[in-house]
Amino acid sequence: MDANATTPLLPEVFEAMRPYWMESYGNASSIHRDGQRARQAVDAAREQLAEFLGCREAEVVFNSGGTEGDNTALCGLLAPGDHLITTAIEHEAILRTAERLATRGVEVSFIAPEPSGLIAPETVRAALQPNTKLISVMLANNETGVLQPVEEIGKIAADAGAYFHIDAVQGAGKVRLDVTRFGCHLLSISAHKIHGPKGVGALYVRRGTPVEPLLVGGKHERRRRAGTENVPGIVGLGKAVELARTALDNATLTRLAALRDRLEQGILAITGTRVHGAAPRVANTTNIGFEQVEGEALVIALDLKGVALSGGSACSSGSTEPSHVLMAMGLDKTEARASLRFSLLRTASEADVDAVLGVLPEAVAQLRAISPAVAGTAQ
Amino acid sequence: MSERKKIAVAMSGGVDSSTVAALLVHEGAEVVGLTLQLWDQQRLAGRHGIPDTPPVGRCCSLDDVYDARKVAEHLGVPYYVVNQEERFEQDVVRPFVDEYLAGRTPIPCSLCNNHLKFDQLLKTARSIGSEFIATGHYAVNAWDERRGRWILKHPVDLAKDQTYFLFGLTQEQLAHTLFPLGGMTKPEVREHAREFGLRLASKPDSQEICFIPGGDYKQFLAAYMEEQGREIPKSAGEMVDSGGKVIGHHEGIENFTIGQRKGLGVSSPTPLYVLQIDPASHRVTVGADDELATKTLRAHKLNWISIPELRTAMRVKIKIRHRHEPAWATLEPGGTDEAIATFDEPQRAVTPGQSAVFYDGDEVVGGGWIF
Repeated sequence: MDANATTPLLPEVFEAMRPYWMESYGNASSIHRDGQRARQAVDAAREQLAEFLGCREAEVVFNSGGTEGDNTALCGLLAPGDHLITTAIEHEAILRTAERLATRGVEVSFIAPEPSGLIAPETVRAALQPNTKLISVMLANNETGVLQPVEEIGKIAADAGAYFHIDAVQGAGKVRLDVTRFGCHLLSISAHKIHGPKGVGALYVRRGTPVEPLLVGGKHERRRRAGTENVPGIVGLGKAVELARTALDNATLTRLAALRDRLEQGILAITGTRVHGAAPRVANTTNIGFEQVEGEALVIALDLKGVALSGGSACSSGSTEPSHVLMAMGLDKTEARASLRFSLLRTASEADVDAVLGVLPEAVAQLRAISPAVAGTAQ
Repeated sequence: MSERKKIAVAMSGGVDSSTVAALLVHEGAEVVGLTLQLWDQQRLAGRHGIPDTPPVGRCCSLDDVYDARKVAEHLGVPYYVVNQEERFEQDVVRPFVDEYLAGRTPIPCSLCNNHLKFDQLLKTARSIGSEFIATGHYAVNAWDERRGRWILKHPVDLAKDQTYFLFGLTQEQLAHTLFPLGGMTKPEVREHAREFGLRLASKPDSQEICFIPGGDYKQFLAAYMEEQGREIPKSAGEMVDSGGKVIGHHEGIENFTIGQRKGLGVSSPTPLYVLQIDPASHRVTVGADDELATKTLRAHKLNWISIPELRTAMRVKIKIRHRHEPAWATLEPGGTDEAIATFDEPQRAVTPGQSAVFYDGDEVVGGGWIF
């Protein structure tokens, strides 16, 4: 139930990667034939990516994943004196990078979402300044699944002559990607969110976009990303996007949405619950608030019963703050803490949903019974 | 252990709580490891001389969470970090700061035990279906049938006795807490840790206040107040001798603690000590060592353990600070939620803000806060 955190490799992906560890282990930048075999594999993956994104092969830059893509887009384009428009509900990979740039002379505007979790395009337009260089907005929010109006924002960027970056890490594999329709110059994706391997991803860079590389060194990836190509990882990413594209073409998404709705209805039957994100969403995600429940305790209680869930982004948990996404949507700290994210794998079944519904109501009831009980300490 | 009990172990990443987890697993209990994340050690980094990188081995540091996690993996038990930073700040850090600003000398560990370690942890434990928590404190708790109460007692290793910090435990909390180290000495605990194959068997004990890197509380006050956008209230004032004669001036009452000798800023042929801090007039009274001793003590916000309440005078030994040797006194009820103690022999530096813990033999009768 935590597919937005990560997904397992599909067997086809595993098989596609298999020869590139021990047999065809060549360095894709070598001249000899071992190297050429690796190069061909990387090129084939680049074709698969171009197909997936609706772009030219030369516009695909392989990297280590979503965080690197986001960092490259922001750091590679912005200089002191430039203005960045992004949103308060982005992933940490954008937020922390934007904050760091802000300490180095880049002006940053963080747009707040509507209570529904949607970024209204007019708020982006209103934030434009003469020095606005880049607009960065996510395709689908990782915590609520809400889809952002990237096409409209792309038009605003075009009107203003600003570059447009989309963090599509959570949108990839859940909605059809088309960089032309989105009107974006840059778009980040990550393999492990779509049944590919961890530690590999890609950044779409529209031809002519002046992005400085984050990593410098060798002339890999047309001097846009130095470092020996992660050949097995890139092959895995290629296979994963090919499979994701097929899944988008058939009834998988409809089936997934029906499962998600079944889960949601089942949970909403528990009193004192509500869905966060009353806007069009990706098919696999729902974020639900449970009155008078500490989300963290519920996550632990359910984990011990064999149900893996998340209170929010896996990248910010294991620690600290209530969800910045829910807080930006107007929830208070207590409400944000009392919220859980359910995200289904595209291979999820009715049995998976029923397993959750089998333990959740009791766990919630137990927590609610305990909360007020342990009171009374000295002092 | 006849039935398989589910026990939540408070794991700090230190040798004591790690050994507790190992002992309970060894006894056949179903153990879940929990670490309370209480303070972000990086939070005040770089302010007022606080180092950019926290010292290693500090509670709540990533290193300690790492150590605790490794122990849980080694033992094969589920392990979770529970974030309680907000509650810790509200219930421990802010009162700590406010006490200093009011001229008192707080002990955050007791506040933390009352509010976080036991109250919150027990709540979390119950929410995951565990009726018991176990900690690495050196103390003994036992049910006394005759009195119908849970009793808190000195541990076997008196050098490690932590009952002073545990006086605030309620009957409810004592009933659901296990102190497996109460019957062991520290060397025995380290020996157990080695037997269980815990790599941190020889990790040094932590001593300082966990959220104050380097132990400099003045530096912490300055950094925290700056972060909060608060000014340290102006409390500069007169320094007087015990006869009321002004002998100097000071920069603020938060810089002083009863019994303090260093940094008074006045010269004298004989050593001078802080005798009294008056938060209203900002006056700090100093005097000779023998003037520090007082015979009476008032404590409030009381908690009783071995007795339901104090109705009549009682002979007890009282401990007034962590390293204090408990001294004989007669304890009497005062006003509402107050007790007054009269020591047989005057005690040096009775300090408002510290706790007074009352002992009867090896039992903790109860305790309160000196005011």
